[in-house]
Amino acid sequence: MAPGVWRRVGVLDDIPRLGSRVVETAGGDIALFRTGDDRVFALHDRCPHKAGKLSQGIVHGESVTCPLHNWVIGLADGQARDPDEGCARTEPVRLDGQDILLGVVP
Amino acid sequence: MTMIPPARRRLVLIGNGMAGVRALEEILTRAPDRFAITVFGAEPHGNYNRIMLSPVLAGEKRFDDIVTHSRDWYDQSGIELIAGEAVVAIDRETKMVTGEHGTMRPYDVLLLATGSNPIIIPVPGHKLPGVISFRDIADVETMLAAGRRGGHAVVIGGGLLGLEAANGLSRAGLTTTVLHLMPTLMERQLDPVSAGLLKADLAARGITVITEANTRAILGEDRVRGIELADGRKLPADLVVMSAGIRPNIALAKAAGLACGRGVQVDDGMRTSDPAIYAVGECVEHRGAVFGLVAPLFDMAKIAADRITGTADSDYVPAVTGTRLKVTGIDMFSAGDFLGDDTTDEIIFRDAARGVHKRLVLRDEKLIGAVLYGEARDSAWYFDFIRNGTDVSALRDVLVFGPSVAGGTEAGGVETLPDTAEICGCNGVSKGRILAAIADHKLTTLDGVRARTKASASCGSCTGHVEKLLAFAAGADYAAAPKVKPMCKCTTHGHDAVRAAIREQALKTIPAVMRALDWKTPDGCAGCRPALNSYLLCAWPGEYRDDSRSRFVNERMHANIQKDGTYSVVPRMWGGVTSAAELRAIADVVDKHGIPTVKVTGGQRIDLLGVRKAQLPEVWRDLNAAGLVSGHAYGKALRTVKTCVGSEWCRFGTQDSTAMGVALEKMTWGSWTPHKTKMAVSGCPRNCAEATIKDFGVVATEAGWDLHVGGNGGIRVRVTDLLTKVTTEAEVLEYAAAFMQLYREEAWYLERTAPWIERVGVDYVRDRLADPAVRAALRERFQDSQRHAQRDPWADRAAGVDAHEFRALATVA
Repeated sequence: MAPGVWRRVGVLDDIPRLGSRVVETAGGDIALFRTGDDRVFALHDRCPHKAGKLSQGIVHGESVTCPLHNWVIGLADGQARDPDEGCARTEPVRLDGQDILLGVVP
Repeated sequence: MTMIPPARRRLVLIGNGMAGVRALEEILTRAPDRFAITVFGAEPHGNYNRIMLSPVLAGEKRFDDIVTHSRDWYDQSGIELIAGEAVVAIDRETKMVTGEHGTMRPYDVLLLATGSNPIIIPVPGHKLPGVISFRDIADVETMLAAGRRGGHAVVIGGGLLGLEAANGLSRAGLTTTVLHLMPTLMERQLDPVSAGLLKADLAARGITVITEANTRAILGEDRVRGIELADGRKLPADLVVMSAGIRPNIALAKAAGLACGRGVQVDDGMRTSDPAIYAVGECVEHRGAVFGLVAPLFDMAKIAADRITGTADSDYVPAVTGTRLKVTGIDMFSAGDFLGDDTTDEIIFRDAARGVHKRLVLRDEKLIGAVLYGEARDSAWYFDFIRNGTDVSALRDVLVFGPSVAGGTEAGGVETLPDTAEICGCNGVSKGRILAAIADHKLTTLDGVRARTKASASCGSCTGHVEKLLAFAAGADYAAAPKVKPMCKCTTHGHDAVRAAIREQALKTIPAVMRALDWKTPDGCAGCRPALNSYLLCAWPGEYRDDSRSRFVNERMHANIQKDGTYSVVPRMWGGVTSAAELRAIADVVDKHGIPTVKVTGGQRIDLLGVRKAQLPEVWRDLNAAGLVSGHAYGKALRTVKTCVGSEWCRFGTQDSTAMGVALEKMTWGSWTPHKTKMAVSGCPRNCAEATIKDFGVVATEAGWDLHVGGNGGIRVRVTDLLTKVTTEAEVLEYAAAFMQLYREEAWYLERTAPWIERVGVDYVRDRLADPAVRAALRERFQDSQRHAQRDPWADRAAGVDAHEFRALATVA
């Protein structure tokens, strides 16, 4: 597999606080989340339950609640919170100043 | 005879921090109108609780949560706040202070509370970007930003503040190392054994501690890259936090010629060498001592207030202070002389497996110091013995086991403490004062105790004790409170209490509610946020700014999300009436946008299913062009008003139900309600519009209209209760508006009218609405709210509002 590169996909303020935006990729949509304290996380935009769009959920603390059936998914690890079981794939993302860099495999 | 009020004396405070503002509060309590007050603050904020910077850094609180005095407080107290302007000169001859931007204010009394500066060790590289201290919110923001970038942080100084900084940096995602010059951590608060336990606890959190570490240089060209120790070791560092102690900030006082040693020298009445100038807080030197903990600063504030207002000739007497480390999960307490000497005895308890170590130091059968590590719940009990010099010889053999054994009671809690025991160390509030406040003011809540006594209002570590005292003293009244089901896990408060607080305390934002009611989470959850948004919208129409981040997806997108992630679009059809032009426009939209499914709904409208998110604004623009607006089929809002054809066409119809339905829908559309709200109007008792399973149902009779409420289809069918019978169309509209508003104001979020009416009883609703004055007032409030709510959200979004919601941030090939 080719080594990943950091790709600039936007700036922090493109995502509302406690909100989410989507990056479209060949491998499906990736949801970027911004927490109340301005950290950014990236998950595949599919709830492990019934593929609900996590980007449309309510962000709180370090979690997002899926809009379809209220599963709560951890932003850092993609894990569903008890009692639900499942995991959304996480993607590498980091901030360089205001720039949002998403780790992608070209 | 007219009294000319005496001119108010001018009081200027330099330093908008905890000590200075507390002194103002104390002055205002004693003499509310005596002074015209001006405050100069170098930071561009109101006053905030500096002790709580550590929890902000650790991500447990937000800056908003720790603001103790917002600009409103200064306004309401009639205080002039000059924030963001440091004072550069005091002219004692003319009694005038001058700020850095040239603002000048004369004074009769001057209060200095300039605080302290962090000690910056002058090693090579100490001025590089990336070297900071840990003193104010700007430092915390720098640290949090560094955490987002990742990398290595080095904290120089393993004292109380340095370790709290290290904990926060580590939690923020940085690989964190603490360098400490001494052989053990926090040597001013901990004995070597507990310092060792602390080091192990920090290691378990991923924080490396290097003791006896002497920093030789900070490395880097344009910014910090690393650190070099005296023994030659080099450590990588992207951020260096200096936390090597503080030094009173005396530059201004010195320049003004006031007597200064290490700090601004004051007498027992907090007066400096100039009788018109007082000083309090960390800038002060009193009998050779300087200060860094909050409790003595608050004591000084009281003395200064007594003296400045002339209420009492009180003197400042330094008291023993206790300290705690604010690192969640590390329970420690230290007070007094905890090391001892040849003349003291020690009692030591140790349970290494549990990580518990307690060391009590006694002299002449009196407790003079204590260190509790790993289990500090009895700290108040020990602290009381230390402060009062109690003879503990009778307890000596069981003293180390705490009040549950030594006190001879099973409970062993705060209720076993004597009345003199200090519960809140920050504010110096004793158990006796809290109990007196509870009794005198019939307090039943933590907030009430905080407001009256300030106990638990600063660092919050005594909150558990205060709650226990409330439970003990207020008994059943307090116990009654938790029986209410909390709104969600983020709070202990129920829906009604939250709504009452919003109204009574004029809370106007979600963070304000969370702060006032001690929310346990920084920004709530998907349960409470939409509820708070709904309550605020109801309480402050036109004023509250809707928080789209606290809206469920459908209400944020103004369309219904479907299981495949597409949306459905339902335009409004007033009273279920449409026209060829509308139908043609809908057909054109379906063709133009390739909408896969068109369906007639149960509420007499047309549902367009399978619309992709990015298409929504365009679809709405085209529907708008034909006069079609949002049907709010996605909202906790007024949905549809279903009608039958009525007297205009039907041979049985007695009244014009269609026109009535249109009138009701025109009046109520756009209103947000606790849950979805449906209406129907039938033109005769045959009830073809099924009005008796709606939230508000109208059934025409020969004599007029029967009004029904609280019906529901769905999982549990409930037939409506008859509310009343009326004769005119105007009365139908008045009752409908009043009923809607009562439901909006009093039901819980996500409670349909059916369970609400079952909870409060239909007689309650009937009684409220039967009173003409109540009914008129409710209708008035409904109409006022509607003036702001009746705005088509589709038109706004077709015009570009919230455009980011509908398009991807980026596309990566």
